[in-house]
Amino acid sequence: MKIHLTSVFVDDQAEAEHFYTEILGFVKKHDVPVGEKDRWLTVVSPEEPAGTELLLEPAGHPAVKTYRDALVKDGIPLAQFAVDDVRAEYERLRGLGVRFTQEPLEMGPVTTAVLDDTCGNLIQIASRPQ
Amino acid sequence: MRPGTGPGSPGARPRTDLIGKCLLAYAGVVADDLFKALADPTRRTIMDELAERSGQTLFEICARLSMKHGLGISRQAVSQHLAVLEAAGLVETRREGRYKFHDLTTAPLRQITERWPVSDTPGPEGNTP
Repeated sequence: MKIHLTSVFVDDQAEAEHFYTEILGFVKKHDVPVGEKDRWLTVVSPEEPAGTELLLEPAGHPAVKTYRDALVKDGIPLAQFAVDDVRAEYERLRGLGVRFTQEPLEMGPVTTAVLDDTCGNLIQIASRPQ
Repeated sequence: MRPGTGPGSPGARPRTDLIGKCLLAYAGVVADDLFKALADPTRRTIMDELAERSGQTLFEICARLSMKHGLGISRQAVSQHLAVLEAAGLVETRREGRYKFHDLTTAPLRQITERWPVSDTPGPEGNTP
């Protein structure tokens, strides 16, 4: 068994496509219309084009808002992405106007930071020694 | 005579009564809350971490306690510690949009040195953990 796809709920798929590709730097893998306005929209890392896909899923279900609002209030991220250098990525994203709820924090060998994806989620970036 | 200013009405009480009660509350209840809050090592660690960086989410505080200090305590327990610190005036929370941040507020600690002034003579060497 392999993990080939995981998902985050997004408020707006067009905005999510912009943020996850133009700002974070992922590349679009699939974009298929589903129903009247929704899309099967996935992105992958340019470093692993055949790697795990991230589905940017419409946040239409009424339970999603309650669930995400509670997590965001307490600063809890919904996904973690690996980067080589958290501080460098933090500076790059800050320069693009990205809001962080946790600045880079070194905890032993692991460094993390938490950012707002503008689509309703907090995302953690992390680096650890290879 | 306007209502509320007669001899028997609450409005006619000397204002010193009210001030006296406030001082009593300040010296009694608030001090108890302060010392109770400071008496717990986990709460002192939370204060250390908030002193290092102001404006932390609950998630960051929990991460620091587990990753930096090896404290295996639940998010609910950390929330309760933060509530005790907030009741003692040592932590303030602020909402910014959808986020909630915690700040350290050390002003209540002044009560301690006002009550027991620190002398100029050097005390025992070494730091208290």
